[in-house]
Amino acid sequence: MHRTGQLYGHFETLEQQKESAALGMWVFLVTEVLFFGGLFLAYTVNRGAFSTAFGAGSNTLDIKLGGFNTVVLIMSSLTMAMAVWSAQVGKKKLVSIFLIATLGLGTVFLGVKVIEYKQKFDHHLIPGQGFDMRYRSEHPRATDDPKEIAIEKEEVEKTFAVDQDTNAHGQLYFSLYFAMTGLHALHMIVGAGLLVWLIKASFAGRFTPQYNTPVEIVGLYWHFVDIVWIYLFPLLYLIDRHR
Amino acid sequence: MSNTPPTLVRELPHKHYLNATYGAGLRSWLLTTDHKRIALLYLASVTVFFFIGGVLATMIRIHLLTPGGALVTPETYNKLFTMHGVAMIFFFLIPSIPAVFGNFLIPLMIGAKDLAFPKINLLSWYIYVIGGCFVLYSFGTGGLDTGWTFYTPLSSVYSNSAVTPAVLGIFINGFSSILTGLNFIVTIHTMRAPGMTWFRMPLFVWAHYATSLVMILGTPVVAITLLLAGLERMFHLGFFNPALGGDPILFQHLFWFYSHPAVYIMILPAMGVISEIIPTFARKPIFGYAFIAGSSIAIAVIGFLVWAHHMFVTGESTYAALTFSFLSYLVAIPSAVKVFNWTSTLYKGSISWDPPMIYALGFIGLFVIGGLTGLFLACLGLDIHIHDTYFVVAHFHYIMVGGAVMGYVGGLHFWWPKITGRLYPRSLSRFAAVVLFIGFNLTFFPQFILGYLGMPRRYHTYPPEFQVLNVLSTAGASILALGYLLPMSYLTWSMRYGRVAGPNPWPATGLEWKTDSPPLTENFEVTPVVTWEPYDFKNRPDLGLGTGTPSPAPAHGDD
Repeated sequence: MHRTGQLYGHFETLEQQKESAALGMWVFLVTEVLFFGGLFLAYTVNRGAFSTAFGAGSNTLDIKLGGFNTVVLIMSSLTMAMAVWSAQVGKKKLVSIFLIATLGLGTVFLGVKVIEYKQKFDHHLIPGQGFDMRYRSEHPRATDDPKEIAIEKEEVEKTFAVDQDTNAHGQLYFSLYFAMTGLHALHMIVGAGLLVWLIKASFAGRFTPQYNTPVEIVGLYWHFVDIVWIYLFPLLYLIDRHR
Repeated sequence: MSNTPPTLVRELPHKHYLNATYGAGLRSWLLTTDHKRIALLYLASVTVFFFIGGVLATMIRIHLLTPGGALVTPETYNKLFTMHGVAMIFFFLIPSIPAVFGNFLIPLMIGAKDLAFPKINLLSWYIYVIGGCFVLYSFGTGGLDTGWTFYTPLSSVYSNSAVTPAVLGIFINGFSSILTGLNFIVTIHTMRAPGMTWFRMPLFVWAHYATSLVMILGTPVVAITLLLAGLERMFHLGFFNPALGGDPILFQHLFWFYSHPAVYIMILPAMGVISEIIPTFARKPIFGYAFIAGSSIAIAVIGFLVWAHHMFVTGESTYAALTFSFLSYLVAIPSAVKVFNWTSTLYKGSISWDPPMIYALGFIGLFVIGGLTGLFLACLGLDIHIHDTYFVVAHFHYIMVGGAVMGYVGGLHFWWPKITGRLYPRSLSRFAAVVLFIGFNLTFFPQFILGYLGMPRRYHTYPPEFQVLNVLSTAGASILALGYLLPMSYLTWSMRYGRVAGPNPWPATGLEWKTDSPPLTENFEVTPVVTWEPYDFKNRPDLGLGTGTPSPAPAHGDD
């Protein structure tokens, strides 16, 4: 496949090439919606069936870390949009800066996610043999706030009073939690890889007002991954916070 | 591109995509981005899986020769039909026509140099091969005994066979299908030659547009579903396991949300093939072009709304069942539109009995039987009686083998001169088409009767009174096998020894016939400009249908 400048040989014009790339990414995002759709359906069905256990599971999540990550991700969407704009108006230096900022924010998000996963591991909330919704309130650590532990103990016991199988149904919640956030994190990692590639190309000065399709379509992808989180955050963190 | 009359050709073109070199030998094939070469890579690999699936089917039919089972243990029998289904559905039928003919022909038919994303096209083949290796690994290390449907909790908890690699293989393979569909949609939108308007596109391209819609909307759902089932098996999670609060019916809904539309991934491209063959050998514009194009889209859309008719006996609500039953009937309308339009095209046509035409006529006959028995199954009350019997087996084989594979083999005969530049023996191939038709009917028609009499599918034994029909079916299968082996051998033979075909041997009206056979790597020497309507034999002196040859039939049968 030969290439003249930025135009691949099987296209007639740059416009045709750009239109194809953008349409391709939109179609890909449609498939992504359906891909996550299966998980959202599984979540909806199970939450409808076991709303108490799902509420209890949701309340064990760290809302501060989750909220922080939400802000981080929205910020990264802003920097990504700025990178696309800079490429379109030909501010080559700004493109690199905003791409690096986006990559940085994405990395922060993933780092916080690691901390959260570690917490779940410590609290015996990984689905499997050792899973126990009571574990944290029964084995508090010296660093834990006793008041908080008391409230959690009361809440968990209330849930067990309503649903004796809270441990089984809580496992379903956490299976979905890890599947959904895990798949989302995987998309973030892919996005980070794409950003590294873009940053390299932008240092080489490849993006101009005439040719910036890669920045634009990676931008589309990045915004999509953000939007998935915008749905995940309330569905996983906020469903039972109103008492 | 002008429509000048043809000249006789006796030699292959000097330069074409098969002898063009970019790098040496094998490398120039494994790293190619030429859609035509990738199509041939797919042709080779789907043939491997067709062969594997065929051997397994043969073993099933030999086993069922006697009521007690003649060949294998019950456990092995379960593995035979499962692996037959997985190999045939996911690795032969779904990629067959789209990835081979769609890949080869869509750019040629719309006057493009290649698909929009040639590298992604090659990637999709590699993904297919990797997925295929996972599945072959599963077949070789314990086999697979869950049925091709992977119902949970059998697949996720209880099965002792190699489910995990198989599920991962199908998950991976799904992305090959998604990327192919994505590539086709974008190509059809952005790569059409000047003058190639939407309603000048061959109906084959319309059929592939509809197929691609199903591929991109359905495949991700089965991918995530099988991934969840795989995670459930690997990490003992409970998504679909009732013992842990999960819901096995949820798995079935998600699975059939893809796997019913997947039937249309198999049959729509075959319908596209038939829509090309029929007007060519009736020498007539196709009857009701817009309706055939629209019916492809309608099948794709309605096809997404019928999945729960696979689940009438799961205890779903009566109202849901009634709705799905009604919607399933609706699919018959666009399907019938196609059949009636094909037969109307034949009416007062100037019909020539070339091999592709015999396959196409065979397709129509078998598809009508398969389609009508589908209505029996969509009928709520009757389905309770024939659910999970050989009636279902016969029905879907009439659609998938009688329909999709017949279309595939017909397409192979139709475009073989374009792909290889050579013709195959005419009488032998017509004979093979008839063998295929007879063998197929003898194999599967008795199964309708068996099913109606109550023989359940997936059982390794049956009561002695069913033996006669089973022996008939097995006898038919051996004739059917001959019907496949014959084309395999003479097509292979023709690659070297066949008569040179020339650019347009039939002749047909599509843009793909206006370039050399085999085509150049860039498909056309100059980008064609399309100024004529599709399937128009009258205003095309370049087809050589003037004096001395049968004159083209009138455009409208009644004038």
